Amino acid sequence: MIYFDNSATTKPYPEVIESFVKVSSEFFGNPSSLHGIGAQAEKLLTKARNQIAELLDIRGSEVYFTSGGTEGNNLAIKGAAFANSGKGKHIITTEIEHASVFDACDYLKNNGFDITYLPVNRNGKIQLADLVRAIRKETILVSAMHVNNETGAIQPITEIGKLLSAYPNILFHVDHVQGVGKVPLDIKKSGIDLCTISGHKFHGLKGNGVLFIKDGTNISPLFSGGSQESKKRSGTENVAGAVALAKALRITMENQKTGLEKLKAIRQMLWEGLEAFEGIEINSPVEGAPHILNFSIPGLKSEVFVHALEEDGIFVSTTSACSSKKKSPSRTVMAMFGNLERAESIIRISLSYQNELQEAKRVVKMVRNTVNNLQKVMR
Amino acid sequence: MEFDHIIIRYGEISTKKRNRKGFVDKLKANIRRVLEEFENAKLSASRDRMYILLNGEDHKEILNLLKGVFGIQSLSPALKIDRDIEELKNAVLFYFNQLSRQVATFKITAKRADKDFPYNTDELNHILGGHLLKNTEGITVDVKNPDFNLRVEVRKEAVYLTGEVIQGAGGLPLGSSGKAMLMLSGGIDSPVAGFLSMKRGLEIECIHFYSPPFTSERSRQKAVDLAGKLAEVSGKIKLHIVPFTDIQLLIQKQIPENYTMTTTRRMMLKVADKIMEKQQGMAIITGESLGQVASQTLNSMYAINEVTNTPVLRPLIAMDKLDIIELARGYDTLEISNRPYEDCCTVFTPATPKTKPRRDKVSFYESFVDFDELVNEAVNKVETITINHKQQKDLGASDEMEDLF
Ligand SMILES: Cc1ncc(COP(=O)(O)O)c(C=O)c1O
Repeated sequence: MIYFDNSATTKPYPEVIESFVKVSSEFFGNPSSLHGIGAQAEKLLTKARNQIAELLDIRGSEVYFTSGGTEGNNLAIKGAAFANSGKGKHIITTEIEHASVFDACDYLKNNGFDITYLPVNRNGKIQLADLVRAIRKETILVSAMHVNNETGAIQPITEIGKLLSAYPNILFHVDHVQGVGKVPLDIKKSGIDLCTISGHKFHGLKGNGVLFIKDGTNISPLFSGGSQESKKRSGTENVAGAVALAKALRITMENQKTGLEKLKAIRQMLWEGLEAFEGIEINSPVEGAPHILNFSIPGLKSEVFVHALEEDGIFVSTTSACSSKKKSPSRTVMAMFGNLERAESIIRISLSYQNELQEAKRVVKMVRNTVNNLQKVMR
Repeated sequence: MEFDHIIIRYGEISTKKRNRKGFVDKLKANIRRVLEEFENAKLSASRDRMYILLNGEDHKEILNLLKGVFGIQSLSPALKIDRDIEELKNAVLFYFNQLSRQVATFKITAKRADKDFPYNTDELNHILGGHLLKNTEGITVDVKNPDFNLRVEVRKEAVYLTGEVIQGAGGLPLGSSGKAMLMLSGGIDSPVAGFLSMKRGLEIECIHFYSPPFTSERSRQKAVDLAGKLAEVSGKIKLHIVPFTDIQLLIQKQIPENYTMTTTRRMMLKVADKIMEKQQGMAIITGESLGQVASQTLNSMYAINEVTNTPVLRPLIAMDKLDIIELARGYDTLEISNRPYEDCCTVFTPATPKTKPRRDKVSFYESFVDFDELVNEAVNKVETITINHKQQKDLGASDEMEDLF
């Protein structure tokens, strides 16, 4: 089996599952309980928080545990909007955000906020000049993803942050779900106020995420309740999940040190093997993230293609996992190229440090075979 | 381009004539400890400066760590360049671009120890200054009072570039002033008192009073975590945890309520005094600030201090609470201190403690009770743990917990 769908989700590390099981069975206490079992659970939660803070080069008090990327993005965007609507009701985001950002903004639009969606160029990047033009007196939030989940396009987060530092009323949120562990981001130096990550994208478990909230940032909670996570995210803490996430992040960051070159080599091999083949158009920018390669086979139904590859034990996806069942064209590819046929026929290959070079070799061969076969059948 | 060495200047020690060698040796040892993880870095000393030869180690990381070492006045990173004018020009620009703060004006001070070099100092100042002006924006030359004075030193073997002066932590080298015991509650003040004492060269050990079941494991953990913060300065630190329940119960039973707090403080001081003697310290440090609470009025201190003639150092005595909080934030202890658990001082605080207790009265009340035996017992049952900065992140976690991460 060749699993090339790591941007949809990754396979949890066995060590991560081990920790999750052990914490769940042996340290099951509620961190808020006064007794020793509670204190032990609290200790684990604190340790997890500190380890994550150290790995991301932020403070422990800035780590807020959530249920994943979707919640993190919703909490950041709606929370910032509701807490700061007194200062203004204008929000800037991009045309290529993940649904959990895009639709959160849409929700705010229906609730009295004004949203500007920045376009991207053929490399999937926004233009800083567009951003400057979009900023108004009543702008309170800019939300931009670091690595795009469909194409791997990387936004100039540090430059955006520098630019925004001149506007003290504007909070800066970054969806870093696809970037963490693959494309380095210095949260502090980039002037970021809010930053989302999700455990299952780096071999942690589904249902665990972290939202970085810079100390002193004003956001409203989405949940009312027992005041956990400094009142910003009520609900009994998922201690086992927090520990699992801390471990997954540590292992991933270690792999990043040694594995990044391999990842780039695999992508390079795929790129060269596919680019040369007639009938394939590559959508990812050359300077994109090292783990995502997106291409179109205009004229072929991508769903059919995915299933055909699956018969050979190769797992890839059409568009982002959440929209693949809706059969809609890729919003990102549409925004980059404005070509419907291209946006309707996309295939995404996404890698992790567990993939190997010879897998890429095989995939290139099988993709070519499959395209040839399908083109015969469909014509 | 790589940095070659870091210059370390020590201000106040240079003026302390007699103890100079002791001071410098302590400072050297403290710097060596910081450098431990940088295998290639070498420390050497001359009369009033030290040098760290980097041998490829990251100068930024080392500078950052050195900024926390007490006894250092200032630091400057230096470049070593081949004797080639083009390389020198590049190096000047490189040095300028990596400055940690913005500057508006500069000057160049060239020195030529080796007269064979084809350019004299005026020519060097001119060429290098011109190169900087051409390749940067918004800076001008000011030879009288520049923000940044770039020093260029031409020697036989190479040319050295330096000039950025980074402020050090100041104070005296840790351990150069002797040893004292810090009474560490879980509050905001005592850790700050600890940092300020270390800044003046004191080596410290911490004493924490623990009264289970009236205070929880978590409040003890607070003290451990705070001591861990102090250990970041000293590498490691001792924490003496005193079982204090029996003494507190006896006080509650035998002493009139409005004097229980005064007696409690006196007993703590007695215990601390005995631990200090064992550990061969010479002072006790507290986080008291005049008038902050009932036990910190002058009357209270007068009544409490009676039990010892050991110097009781109170670095915060004249500080306002808000200033102390600011310091605690800077030392990164505020968050730990603000955790909401009871400590032994809060649980037994009487409703109306005396703000003006009298020495004669408190002695009179205590004269009917035999505290000595319990005091000795408490001292004998002290649990001493050594907190190592390197392991400190894993504080209190068992090995079994360790594997989970
Ligand atoms: C860029 C991006 N943001 C957010 C999410 C949502 O994360 P989660 O699945 O943890 O809710 C995903 C993954 O689907 C993503 O790729």
